[in-house]
Amino acid sequence: MSVARLPTPTFGGGYGGEARPRMGFFTDTSICIGCKACEVACKEWNLVPEDGPLRLSGNSYDNTMALGANTWRHVAFIEQARPVEVPEIDLAASTAAAAGGAVDVPQAREGMRWLMSSDVCKHCTSAACLEVCPTGALFRTEFGTVVVQQDVCNGCGYCVPACPFGVIERREDDGRVFKCTLCYDRLKDGMEPACAHACPTRSIQYGPLEELRAHADGRVEDLHEAGFTDARLYLRDEAGGIGGAGAFFLLLDEPEVYGFPPDPVSTTRDLPRLWKAAAVAAGAVVTAVAAVFVGGRR
Amino acid sequence: MSRRDQVPPSRARGDGSAIATGERRVVPGRANGRRRRRDRGLMVPEAEFRSYYGRPIIKEPAWTLEIPWYFFVGGMAGASAPLAVGARLAGNHRLARSALTVAGTGVMASVPLLVSDLGRPERFHHMLRVFKPTSPMSMGSWVLAAMGPAAVGAAVSDRLGILPRLGRTAEVASALLGPILCTYTGVLVADTAVPVWHEAGRELPLVFAGSAVASAGAAATVLTPAADAGPARRLATVGALLELGAVAAMDRRLGELGEPYRQGVAGRYARLARGCTALGLAVVATAGARRRRAAMAGSGLLLAGSAFERLAVYKAGFQSARDPRYTVKPQRARVEAARS
Repeated sequence: MSVARLPTPTFGGGYGGEARPRMGFFTDTSICIGCKACEVACKEWNLVPEDGPLRLSGNSYDNTMALGANTWRHVAFIEQARPVEVPEIDLAASTAAAAGGAVDVPQAREGMRWLMSSDVCKHCTSAACLEVCPTGALFRTEFGTVVVQQDVCNGCGYCVPACPFGVIERREDDGRVFKCTLCYDRLKDGMEPACAHACPTRSIQYGPLEELRAHADGRVEDLHEAGFTDARLYLRDEAGGIGGAGAFFLLLDEPEVYGFPPDPVSTTRDLPRLWKAAAVAAGAVVTAVAAVFVGGRR
Repeated sequence: MSRRDQVPPSRARGDGSAIATGERRVVPGRANGRRRRRDRGLMVPEAEFRSYYGRPIIKEPAWTLEIPWYFFVGGMAGASAPLAVGARLAGNHRLARSALTVAGTGVMASVPLLVSDLGRPERFHHMLRVFKPTSPMSMGSWVLAAMGPAAVGAAVSDRLGILPRLGRTAEVASALLGPILCTYTGVLVADTAVPVWHEAGRELPLVFAGSAVASAGAAATVLTPAADAGPARRLATVGALLELGAVAAMDRRLGELGEPYRQGVAGRYARLARGCTALGLAVVATAGARRRRAAMAGSGLLLAGSAFERLAVYKAGFQSARDPRYTVKPQRARVEAARS
């Protein structure tokens, strides 16, 4: 299998023969049932501490609310009031038969659709967190994933606002930043990440990125043929502002509905322009100082 | 599955609004329930935007107040270093001494501010593990690591009259690094996903440069006898003009995205910054040349204006990160533009 070269400037594909095929996640949200097994499996395997006192958000079944230092998988629940095409099942008749009487069972087609999606670190091709990290704590693994070296991180926090997805965060009682490692320890032993392993519907699929992309393309085609024209892939293409992601998604609505940025860009893409602006500003400082002495010493 | 065309009372929110569906559609022009003050310079087309329960998409920075104060003292130190060399070349040694004092003190104050902001302060030296041009913080750490000994050494040499040749070399070195120290911070904040910072990437280094020059001129004016403080007063006015001009340019560029600068805490700091800087500029430029007391008061106002400017930028970043509108709308506009 060919190994795609990662264009991240801070990591020039230095693994040589040790480089492995780029691994990733394909999260097919069309078959997510919102069981949160991924959240639990991730916490258990990675010994991620609790997120604080249990609170009910009132936002559907989502009481996790966001990715963060102590949440590396997050299942989103979106309730949309719109008719949904479902196969006609005479649920009332079958329930009535079972209960021995008439029961009023509403048909799903009347009401709403419920979108569920398990979010995770995107392991971007052009990873802003990695690029702005001043200590080298964030690095690119031989699997092409992005991982924090906890013995190096000094908690400067620069990666936190750099991430266009709001994934990485500083753990308050620890001082360092934490995020999904794509189960680096399991990958090294040839195992799949805990979340993918626990997913009962294979909504979370793990594998070589090339294979996942091919599979995802087929899945979208199937869904379109079945009439689900809303289905689209998010972060699959390398043409985007982050150069494609190691974790990409099949969505049934616009990304922002799920809490994703619609067109994320790695901030360091603009860095040459920013440094140029700083050079101009530094020039302005020197010019200003020179100008005030033109009139002599007073 | 149950009928959901009515919102159960358990899902009504404390603020009286109810969530009928999982997604939020928010009408622009309102943030935190307050009306927008002005709607000039709209960059993104007026449209509804969708979000996940109105929750932020990006994280607020993990930084604390040490950071804007570092921007202030580090910037003042950075702009003071070239002022010292300029004064030296012009034969104004009294002014050179004042500027060196500000530069040396400023960089010395910068280090503890930066270290205490770290989540793991004892690992501050990890900043010098790598030299990484893609990280403005890495570059800044190296500049500060070089500038620190140079600026402090130059100030000590000048005060104590020891090792004059080495002192002058350090003076020149810090004058070369100073302009970088007071402008890279603009790149530091712009190189993030925070909309109000990233989209102002072209202007922020200039805003910080103007603010730094104004504060350096003002500090030297305060520390130097009136007879020798002429160039410092002029520098303060030039810096204040640059700061006000760059802020206006940033405002124009940001358009609707710049709303945080007109709202909440950031808005208050921004107005204070503009007011103090404009008033300080007027006082220093007019009465400052004749009256020592006026020069001191005007300089004080300029120093305050410079500090408020950094606080405004810092706070605006948080406000901009908190509201998904600023993240979604420009990106959605890009997607729509690419589609059509």
